[in-house]
Amino acid sequence: MLEILGNALTDNGLIVAFTVVGLTMFVSYFLSDKLTKGRIHGSAIAIALGLVLAYIGGMVTGGEKGLSDIGIFAGIGLMGGGMLRDFAIVATAFGANFSEIKKAGVNGVVSLFLGVVLSFIIGVGIALAFGYTDAVSLTTIGAGTATYIVGPVTGTAIGASSEVITLSIAAGLVKSILTMIGTPFVAKYIGLNNPRTAMVYGGLMGTTSGVAGGLAATDPKLVPYGAVTATFYTGLGCLMAPSVLFLMTKAVFG
Amino acid sequence: MVIYGVALLSICLLSGVFLGDLLGNILGIDANVGGVGIAMLMLILLAEYLKKKDKLKAPTQEGLSFWSAMYIPIVIAMSAQQNVIAALDGGPLALTAGVAAVLISWAIVPILSKGGNTDETLENEMTGGDQRVRNIR
Repeated sequence: MLEILGNALTDNGLIVAFTVVGLTMFVSYFLSDKLTKGRIHGSAIAIALGLVLAYIGGMVTGGEKGLSDIGIFAGIGLMGGGMLRDFAIVATAFGANFSEIKKAGVNGVVSLFLGVVLSFIIGVGIALAFGYTDAVSLTTIGAGTATYIVGPVTGTAIGASSEVITLSIAAGLVKSILTMIGTPFVAKYIGLNNPRTAMVYGGLMGTTSGVAGGLAATDPKLVPYGAVTATFYTGLGCLMAPSVLFLMTKAVFG
Repeated sequence: MVIYGVALLSICLLSGVFLGDLLGNILGIDANVGGVGIAMLMLILLAEYLKKKDKLKAPTQEGLSFWSAMYIPIVIAMSAQQNVIAALDGGPLALTAGVAAVLISWAIVPILSKGGNTDETLENEMTGGDQRVRNIR
């Protein structure tokens, strides 16, 4: 009997994912309502629960893809994977206002460049403090602090060790997860309640999943504005880190 | 028909991803440069254009709204497949770098976003913008 159930779930992975996410959201909104009287948004709790599930999945399987490494939950990987995520992000743009985007355009572009360079410098500084002195490792960790995609792309391009590349991915993951969880809490202190600030936010933070998840938990109407800048960040980072930023780091630290 | 909206969305995403890859190729990097962002801009412009011509019927909009509403559930599925263990195992360096980057960036946000008329813009956005694109509800 158990085997039949197992097969039924494995064969319908995406449907299982809809069920798991639906139940997670139900529990989260219930907790949000009863325990926090709605002060902590249900979707913020749901994202945190998702990360807990990912942790459990990683513990059980030792894999890298969280809950989706467990056979019957493989559909989570499809539902939360790049294809549907990008599809849904684009859909949030439906109803966004183009004149808002134009108005915030200059701020958005400035925040993009500043965001990449700032994160890079912070990463390099921290890596220095932890005893790394060679330009290749410093650059890779700095790039990873931008996003966990820029890190390995840069590290591979300039020939960093796999240990340093793993560190750079971890730094980017920490940034992404903290942005996802922290955004709704910090939103009111940094004035994150309008399209212009959301675009600046997307450009500065840069992690698409972190920004989009964080904004979704803050105010779903802001998602398209944050995402429209954040999606350029990784590309810009991949462009700048192995070139300009690496040369500058090399010039300073040899 | 609902599928028209879904297809419109698909066309935008596919063109955006293609242009993003093309841009990355031209710049000589193995990455998609802003593909999703390009797709979003396309969808906004197309939706406003079709809306003005009265060609964006309610069922078509439903196809778009559905996927827009599926966004948060998809984000939750995304968070459930992050490599949380690696992030925590990365040790103090990764943790410090990630946390510092986030905290400092947060501090910069208000400085960079000065000049926006917050109340007015949010109000406008809630109603679906000047074109009232989201008049389905």
